[in-house]
Amino acid sequence: MDLLRFATAGSVDDGKSTLIGRLLLDSKSIFEDQLEAVESTSKSRGYDYTDLALLTDGLRSEREQGITIDVAYRYFATPARKFIIADTPGHVQYTRNMVTGASTADLGLVLVDARQGLTEQSRRHAVILSLLRVPHLVLAVNKMDLVDYDESIYNKIHEEFTAFATKLSIPDLEIIPISALKGDNVVNRSEHMDWYKGPSLMHHLEHVHVASDRDLVDARFPVQYVIRPKSDAHHDYRGYGGMVAGGVLKPGDDVLVLPSGMTSKIAGIDLHEKEITEAYPPMSVTVRLEDDVDVSRGDMICRPANAPKPSQDIDAMICWMTTEPLKPRQKLAIKHTTRVGRALVKDIQYRLDVNTLHRDQETKEIGVNEIARVQLRTTVPLLCDPYSKNRTTGSFILIDEATGVTVGAGMINSGN
Amino acid sequence: MTATHADYRLSQLDELEAESIHIFREVAAEFEKPVLMFSGGKDSIVMMRLAEKAFYPAKIPFPVLQVDTGYDFPEVLETRDHWVDRLGVRLIVASVEEAIKDGTVVDDGKTSRNRLQIGTLLHALEEGGFTAAFGGGRRDEEKARAKERVYSHRDEFGQWDPKMQRPELWSLYNGRLHEGEHMRIFPISNWTELDVWDYIGRENIEIPNIYFSHQRRVFQRDGMLLSESEHNPTKQGETVEEKTVRFRTVGDLTLTGCVESTASTIPEIIEEIAIARVTERGATRGDDRFSEAAMEDRKKEGYF
Repeated sequence: MDLLRFATAGSVDDGKSTLIGRLLLDSKSIFEDQLEAVESTSKSRGYDYTDLALLTDGLRSEREQGITIDVAYRYFATPARKFIIADTPGHVQYTRNMVTGASTADLGLVLVDARQGLTEQSRRHAVILSLLRVPHLVLAVNKMDLVDYDESIYNKIHEEFTAFATKLSIPDLEIIPISALKGDNVVNRSEHMDWYKGPSLMHHLEHVHVASDRDLVDARFPVQYVIRPKSDAHHDYRGYGGMVAGGVLKPGDDVLVLPSGMTSKIAGIDLHEKEITEAYPPMSVTVRLEDDVDVSRGDMICRPANAPKPSQDIDAMICWMTTEPLKPRQKLAIKHTTRVGRALVKDIQYRLDVNTLHRDQETKEIGVNEIARVQLRTTVPLLCDPYSKNRTTGSFILIDEATGVTVGAGMINSGN
Repeated sequence: MTATHADYRLSQLDELEAESIHIFREVAAEFEKPVLMFSGGKDSIVMMRLAEKAFYPAKIPFPVLQVDTGYDFPEVLETRDHWVDRLGVRLIVASVEEAIKDGTVVDDGKTSRNRLQIGTLLHALEEGGFTAAFGGGRRDEEKARAKERVYSHRDEFGQWDPKMQRPELWSLYNGRLHEGEHMRIFPISNWTELDVWDYIGRENIEIPNIYFSHQRRVFQRDGMLLSESEHNPTKQGETVEEKTVRFRTVGDLTLTGCVESTASTIPEIIEEIAIARVTERGATRGDDRFSEAAMEDRKKEGYF
């Protein structure tokens, strides 16, 4: 059984909590004590229905305000797959939270209300998912029960969204008419929409093919930790621990170590106590080399004919996550794979309007939840790939050195 | 673990394991003084196994810390010692009893030992100068935990501020700290109770025998079955009887209930949990029943 991580989007009124509640309920992932707690809270608040959002709003202040403040992660499993939902709030701070949830997602699920059709919000969510290179997107056209399960309404939204999606990078798109409240096409196919021939949402989540989403061609192994036991039993053992970020590594492979440029061969790959014949993403393994070359944390093991270019001048899209605006000449700490350094904002090329995709070149200050294209100069060379090629070697975070807070999420276009 | 998959997909358990090991290595590389909080319960045992794998064949490069409530199950302490001996790690015991004696925490006779652990733990972390403390918390356990980051920042008072959490992107964790602050690290955040049991079964690792069904003298209190013990005198109307039970969680025995069960092997436990209709905490943890936000409130004070 494998794992699918997906991020949900859509404004609160689109029925996101109801849908998540239903997926959890129907997969028997909600327990009686949790349901009882939600029922009694709903009752004590005078609701005449069980507010499933109370299941997902875990913090006191969220329940007080009746809104979701922060990303929460939920878990459910069916006999076919295990799922991790990054439940991102639709309200305030949407971009920052969506970027957080989407950064690890295999699939993005955007809800629209069939009565409203596509809104600015739905487009914005699709743009962010596309920017974050979430390989699969599902547009769930919800509340079909409120439009009499009308095929023409679905068709209109389908047409409009498909046209919009051509402007974005969405390799796989599925548009499913559902009613989260009534359960139509959520787990079981709806009896009310025999005109719809596609899968139910759950069927799609269980079967969407994600095996080929990771880069299995370009070998990338950021060295995380040097393992040197120095014990009698393993006196000469020297292994490099890390998570494979791309490609398939095999014993006997010729390798190049960056940034030193030294070459060697893979002597062996250890998965804990066992030696294995190949390693691929996202395995955490230990690589041993034939030669005693100098390799430390922050280095990258790759293939001699296929290496990322070390660069200190980075062109990237960033999502700014803090209220203090980003300005040119600002200095920040940067973390990229296992390397840390400092970065100088050399130029802010444009601010991207995620509603219209307009590139605003006038603004030179980037506010919270805004996305911009920037040029950075870094103190250490980053061993990077374009984010479109590899989500691990193409991403970085920016940290405010005074507060220690993560203030930016970056996606590399290119390094020079 | 099967090393090779025809389609280069990891099983969910292998993917979770890889993610956890990545977190262990990241913390060991970036923090000056990590420590692993080890209770001897199933989650912290899985953590020990993951830490063992992350640094193999080297030893785990940090000590483990147990907060001894004084009301712990002897079987659990025994398992704790086996693990510590086998892996050759240094064990630090922070005792609630001693913290009460030297005045670090105050036992007013009403506060549970579980709650007194908070002050004891914070004191031990401060005394040891630890900058990162690994915990076995899982997001599926409880709704406040579902909001918690893998790297959970704590201020100088050990407090968690849910509104000020750092966004966590990709697998790029931010471990920056100021003087006096520390980070709680949750490498098995994304695991569920069932994953933990599947892993224990797969790795065939030693856990305390109280997780398996056994005969025990118990009594009913607040809808829970509690163990007869000198630390937990029965009140009027409570009668002790012998039942076939097992535990789903382990903790302070005055608050940790057991469930009637005949599951005596891991597959039987997995089968039982797969159809359970009550969460492990809802079934057996008295400490989460005080209020709707009991866990959140304790965490804000510095609970792990």
